[in-house]
Amino acid sequence: MKAGALALGAAALTLGIAIAGQAREQKVEGLRPVSAFAGIADPGARSVAIFTEMGKVIQHPRCVNCHPRTDRPLQGDAQLPHDPPVSRGPADRGMAGLECGTCHGPRNVAFANGKGSVPGHPEWHAAPIAMAWEGKTLGQICQQIKDRKRNGGKSLDQIAEHNAHDSLVGWGWNPGPGRTPVPGTQAQFGELTRAWVASGAKCPAG
Amino acid sequence: MATDFTLNGKPASFDGDPETPLLYVLRDHLGLTGTKYGCGIAQCGACTVHLDGKNRRSCVTPVSMVSGRQVTTIEGVAGKEAEAVHNAWVAIDVPQCGFCQSGQVMSAIGLLRIKKKPSDSDIDAAMAGNICRCATYVRIRQAIHDAAHALEA
Repeated sequence: MKAGALALGAAALTLGIAIAGQAREQKVEGLRPVSAFAGIADPGARSVAIFTEMGKVIQHPRCVNCHPRTDRPLQGDAQLPHDPPVSRGPADRGMAGLECGTCHGPRNVAFANGKGSVPGHPEWHAAPIAMAWEGKTLGQICQQIKDRKRNGGKSLDQIAEHNAHDSLVGWGWNPGPGRTPVPGTQAQFGELTRAWVASGAKCPAG
Repeated sequence: MATDFTLNGKPASFDGDPETPLLYVLRDHLGLTGTKYGCGIAQCGACTVHLDGKNRRSCVTPVSMVSGRQVTTIEGVAGKEAEAVHNAWVAIDVPQCGFCQSGQVMSAIGLLRIKKKPSDSDIDAAMAGNICRCATYVRIRQAIHDAAHALEA
């Protein structure tokens, strides 16, 4: 999404999306910029509001689908179990003989015989089970993200850097034909994360 | 610009759209029809080949992705695991209609190269992406166990 689109803030964009060969219209929200939260005087309340905005990305199917609570990732905007029925395996990259790389390559590949694509990235894999987000509230995910035992040992600054620049995170904004991208831009998501950290990294209740 | 790769141990080249699926190149341009087109969207496993020795669905592999790499198809797969799988498949007549079997065989060989003594669950996990509409799954699993035993002997 170009910079001009960012000015739309929370305005919804209407994208035509083709899924499973059936065209349908779907509203895709943008992300509100950090400046939109400047009017919240209390830092804790501002922090919670910013994380809640980040939740539009974190709880989007593009992100949750590969943060499954079981060994099987999810697929699509409907978040159905991954088909073929793959399993995360010992290194979160699939099982011997049916690894993620059996189908997923280093980039998205459009199907040659119709609409849709198989998603890809050089580091395509499921998030470790300790980082499972599926079925959790935004507050629970927030606590998890702050917990070094469940976030890959990252500091809050490293989390902000990860959200701003990690290219597998960035795949969510470029998911290939047949998938709704996460809202906003990765740069906006990174700015929101930095602002959340700077305001005390407070979590929503629940 | 042509895409050059190694196919079954020999140099191969494709001078066409680099986005062309490897499956189409194999079947339509290089005449190797042992690799089958089933679904075209990596859902059935019939198009499985080995890319640098590992299982790979050729229907979602743009030919540009195999530039400079080793591609092995059912026509060229060789080695002790391939021989063991071949013998096990023949011994208990695994195929019924046979359409999916080249993909099944390639996946089974790919599994045995990584797991020498796969359990039932190892086999089920590895073969979960290879569909057989004749439902020869029980014989496939048995043949993989038989091949593993033969390799152990």
